[in-house]
Order: sequence, then C-alpha cells, then structure tokens
Amino acid sequence: MKTQKDVQLDTRLLDFIEEWKDKKGKEIMILHKVQEVYGFVPRAVAIEVSRMIDLPLAKIYGIITFYHIFKLKKPGKFKVSVCMGTACYLKGGNDLIAELESILGIGVNAVTEDGKFSIEIVRCVGCCGLAPVILVNGKTYGNLKKGDLPNILNEYREEPKN
Amino acid sequence: MTQTKDIKVNIKINNKDYSVSSSLTILEAAKLAHIKIPTLCKHEDLPPTANCGICVVKVKNNRKLIRACCTLVEKGMDITTHDGELYEVRKNVLELILSTHPFLCLTCLRNGNCELQKLAEEFGIREVPYNNIVKGGKTDTSTKAVVFDAQKCIGCGRCVEVCQEIQQVHALEFLDRGFNARIAPAGDIQLADSPCIKCGQCSAHCPVGAIVEFSQATQVWLTLRDETLHPVVQIAPAVRVALGEGFGLEPGALLTGQIYAFFRRIGFKAIFDTNFGADLTIMEEGSELIERLVHGKGTLPLITSCCPAWVDFLEKYYPDLIEHFSTAKSPHEMVGALSKTYYAEKMGIDPGKIFMLSVMPCTAKKFEIARTADMHSSGYQDVDVSITTRELVRMIKTSGVNLLDLEDEKADSVLGSYTGAGTIFGATGGVMEAAIRTAYFLVTGKELENLDVEDVRGLKGVKRATVDMNGKKIRVAVAHGIGNVREVCEELRECKASGKPMPYDFIEVMACEGGCIAGGGQPYQVTNKIRTMRSKGLYNDDGKCELRCSHHNKEVQQLYKEFLDKPLSDKSHHLLHTKYIPRPIYYK
Repeated sequence: MKTQKDVQLDTRLLDFIEEWKDKKGKEIMILHKVQEVYGFVPRAVAIEVSRMIDLPLAKIYGIITFYHIFKLKKPGKFKVSVCMGTACYLKGGNDLIAELESILGIGVNAVTEDGKFSIEIVRCVGCCGLAPVILVNGKTYGNLKKGDLPNILNEYREEPKN
Repeated sequence: MTQTKDIKVNIKINNKDYSVSSSLTILEAAKLAHIKIPTLCKHEDLPPTANCGICVVKVKNNRKLIRACCTLVEKGMDITTHDGELYEVRKNVLELILSTHPFLCLTCLRNGNCELQKLAEEFGIREVPYNNIVKGGKTDTSTKAVVFDAQKCIGCGRCVEVCQEIQQVHALEFLDRGFNARIAPAGDIQLADSPCIKCGQCSAHCPVGAIVEFSQATQVWLTLRDETLHPVVQIAPAVRVALGEGFGLEPGALLTGQIYAFFRRIGFKAIFDTNFGADLTIMEEGSELIERLVHGKGTLPLITSCCPAWVDFLEKYYPDLIEHFSTAKSPHEMVGALSKTYYAEKMGIDPGKIFMLSVMPCTAKKFEIARTADMHSSGYQDVDVSITTRELVRMIKTSGVNLLDLEDEKADSVLGSYTGAGTIFGATGGVMEAAIRTAYFLVTGKELENLDVEDVRGLKGVKRATVDMNGKKIRVAVAHGIGNVREVCEELRECKASGKPMPYDFIEVMACEGGCIAGGGQPYQVTNKIRTMRSKGLYNDDGKCELRCSHHNKEVQQLYKEFLDKPLSDKSHHLLHTKYIPRPIYYK
C-alpha cells in the first residue's frame, strides 16, 4: 500500500503498535494510543496505522467517528470540556455551552483562530456533586454559575498554566 | 446464521404447513411459499445486515417481533408474516425512513424502479406524520462514473456490504452514529479521491437513487441533433443478454440484432460491435502471451486488462504487479481508436466529426474513456461517451421504438463482425477461453479440437486449470469479484517475495462477480441465478456462431492486412496498447 504523505510516527506509538499488532482488539487500543499521543487522530497518522496493521482506512474512520473519545481535528492548546452527564445536563450544561460559544466565538468541536481554545462535550466526569462542571485541560471547575466563565478563561489567556 | 446440517424442518407460515430446509431464513422460506415479506436492506445477492427493520414477522411464543432476513427457520416455528399489527409496524418504519427522504421522485433516476417508492405505493403511504429532515450535502459526481447523492440514502448498507465484503475495496463505510450516521468514504472525501474503483456494484445494488450511474443519455440525444457529426456506436457482449430484462424478457435473451436496428432507427450512421474489439484483443493479448511464454520476452504470468475497474484496483493496490499486466487496451477502446483512424480513412470521413458511443454493462468504462492520454490515440478522444445497459433501457423507452417488434439487423463493416470467442468475453472465463482457442493455434499451428473449455466456465470464485498445448502445459487462473482476485494477487506476491516459481502463466480478471454480465451498469436485482442465465445467453450465441475463434474473424484479418500489419506492430502498439502507473489508494 502506498500512502499519500510519508509520515514518521511517534516512537511511543510505534512501540505500542509493535506490542499490539497481532492481538485481538488491536484497532481500538492503537487508536486510543494515537489519540493520547497526538491529542487527536491526524489523517496522515491514520493512513500510516492503516498500512501497518493492514486495516482499511474506512474501518478506522468507522471507529473514530463512532466513539466520542476520538477527535478528528487538532484541539486547542486549552481544551474546554463541558460535562453533559445527566446531573450537569439538568443543572444547565447547555447554558455553559452557549456561553462558551458566545465568548470564544466558536462552536462545539471547533478551535479558536489563535489555536488557544477548543470546546468539546464529554459524558459524566464523575463529580456530579459539583454539577455543572467544566474541565480545562483536565482541571475541574464545578458549581458554575452564569458569569463564572470569563474569569476562568482569562486564567489561561493571561498566563498559561499547562 | 451458522448452520452446518441441512435438514428438513416442519414449520407453519400463516397457518399453513410447510417442510423446508433448515438452512433457510424465514425470508427465504416465505419466498418459497410465494409470500413476499418486504425488505429494503436485504438483497438476494448479499448476506443480511438487518439494517432496515421492515421484514419483521411474528413467531408464536416470542414476545418480540423477529427480523425475517437474518433468522433461520427452526423446527415447529409458527410464523405470521402479515397481519394488522405487522402492517402498522412496517408502515411506521417506512414513515420514519421517508421522514429523512427528499421526495424528489419525479426527477430521480430511479423513478419507476425504486424499491422505496414501490413499498410506499404498496403500503398506501399518502402522508408522513413526521417532520421532514433531509441529511447530506452536495451530490458527489467526482468519479464521472458513479454518482452518490447522500440525501437520498436510506442507510440500508448494501453498498457498504458489496464494496467491503464482495469487492474488498473499502471505499465506503458507515461513519458516525445515531441520527448522524451516514455512508461515506473515510473522512467524508469525494469518491474520486477515495479507493473507489468505479465498478458500480454499489449502484447496481442500491435500492433507491442514492448511488446511480453517471447518466449521459441526455448528452447522447443532444449530440444526435448535430447534423455535422457522424455518430457511430458499439455494443459490448454482456449488454445483449441483459437488456431484455428492462422489457420484461428473461435474463439471457439475446437481442443483438434488435439493438443494432434500434441504433439505426435513431440516426447512428454505423453500428459496430465491441465483440469485434474482443476478437482483436485476443490477437494482441494472445500474441503478447506467446511473446512472453515462447520467446521469453516479458514477465509471466500475463494478466488480462480488459476491465477498467480492475486496472484501477491494480494500480492502487498491487502496483508491484504492473509488469504482469497485458498492455492491450480493452475491446471498446480498440474499436474507438480504430473508428477514428482505420474506419475514418476507409470512408473518407473527418475523424474529428465522428462521435463514438459505447454501450457497456459497466460504470467504470465511463472513467476509462478519459483514463490517460493513451485514450486519445487517434488524436481525438477515442470513445466519446460510454453509457450503461440501464441507460440504454431508458433511451429505448424515450425513443418510442418498440424494441421487441424490431427485425434483426446486421452490424456494419469494418468493425462489426465477431466470432463466438468475442461474444463470450462478457462472462467470467470467457476471455480465457477465447485466448486459449487462439493461443493453441498460435503455439501449435493446429486448431483446438474441442472449443468448449468447460474448466474456466461457471461462477466459482477462482478457477484454475492446465491446458495442454502440444506437450506444453499452460497453467491458467480465472478470478472474478475483486475479493477473489485478491486471493490470486496475494499468491503472486508471496511467490515474488519468497522467490518461488509462479503458479500460473496466464490469469483472467474481471472485477465484478460473474464477469461483465453482472457488471455495475447492468439491470437491477442480479443474483447467481440471473448471472448463470445471462452467461448461458452468451455461450448460446457462441455455439451458434459459424466462426468461434478470434483468429478466424475475417474483418480482423482484413484489418491487419490493410492497416495494422501484424499483432504487436508499431501501429498496433500506438493505437491498441497502453501503460499503467502506480497510484495512491487515497488522493486526500
């Protein structure tokens, strides 16, 4: 098989593929690793993985579009995840999304022009007592009320804590 | 669906007793009992996917409704296929499918032969109680061979099944989930940038107008208005035994003479036959085989190259096997090139004014006519437009000509006569059989006694045989359906890698199961039974031919004498041969 662009895969990924390529369920495990290493599933990487594990690219896209955890686009430097689990949903998760969209000027699964922020929806993050909840690069902000968001985002705008 | 023993079981369908094979599904058993259970996703040619949910039936002592397409009959089953409740449930499923359908029936290519339209009519749907939400964006015409309109897709998955399981091309897949689930190439790119090989099997299996041939019948009618042009036409072997299905005839009914007559009625100046091109292909390809086999010039095995979907597949998936490919163009390209050179010269016609139409069982031929610069070997595009059998059915209906009332007519010289070997090109094994008949003569100087090479006929996925040519054993393989073709390609690859001797000398490949008779442009609802009937039509045609070997074709002999000199001459190479290059599986 020939690929359009040759791409050098991350060594962590290569080692992982080596370990998994003959095992059952390899495709999900390897794609998880891709997501972990790159933060999304870049097409060039997907094509290379398809070649290495002899799995048609169409099958890979079937998987990565079916499961929410896989992203097709590069996320922002700061990934804002809004919880839409049952508790957060009931406590106004939708309002948080609307507010984020209006502040950042982008929709869900999009990235701001400067590449700084992206918005995504996640299912229950396991702290329903704090609903509604958002995460910024994994850091949890709970019991949010209208108007809390600008300050939170400003923390990352001014001095990035990564 | 895994059942090993085939035993008879007693079941009840709609209160009547039946004894049926336990290997049947409820759907198949009901069909044998002449009961039609509606379905939109199950195609007789494909395994069940249980996507649409219209085939539900009741089985006594089962709380749930059961999908008839994917449930095997069991001893003592008491099945109800039609009652008020089932009507209601099925109608509801239908309404939900229609709630995402664009209702463009009047301008749809499938108007009048759409499976969804037919069911809506049978169920007496007069209104849909749900909001109409149509998904899908712009129609994809990028391949100029098949057209994909996602708006009309009902998500039955037949195209995915045939593309992935039968053809193993994987151009199409189900993406996303829930309401957003859709069928598309990986990454929602256009088909022309995907691994699609344009075989059109998706279009031949689609129940609705979501995937159809790139229709050019209108363009043909418009061209016929231009009186400065000299329109000529050629008809592929497989068209003549399937066209009748569009007019209520049995598969396999031979309509060669009527098709010739039809094209004369609507104004074509010369009627040629792709079968002539097939005979010529055998002379070129057969000579190529002899060059490689006897004179050691070139690599063995030689692989046939008449099938443009196969050519596309090879260039994308097996570029390492390109050296094995016959450089001979496909028969319709040969006839196209000669119509604008040899025929034009003979008749004193400006080749620029010749409009060459080819009628093919195939969607990939539409792609082939502009595949590379070699398809302009006459100085013009050698074949101007290629239409499918399905488009010809519509053209005949448009014309008002009653095809079945037409008297048989003959094709025109100098590209119109054919032998039995040319006509069997349309069935799997046919090219091989035709080649063997002529190669035998070329190798031994004697005529083959028994011209029927039964070993390479039939629907077995890969057929292998050894032909004795005066002590020289020629090992051949015939594969059809890309899934089966892969098996043979992998064998070759393995031998190459390990340095083992090649297992074959000559290989015939056709991308579609059964060969061109079941091509992607042929009438709908093909099954193995229909494949067999259409093939039989071609073998009957062969049997009736006075001449049954390509090298006996008088017009082919005349062509070499007057114009080409001999097979593989410089002129032949220029007009009748082509080259192949490795291509990426994904362009994007």
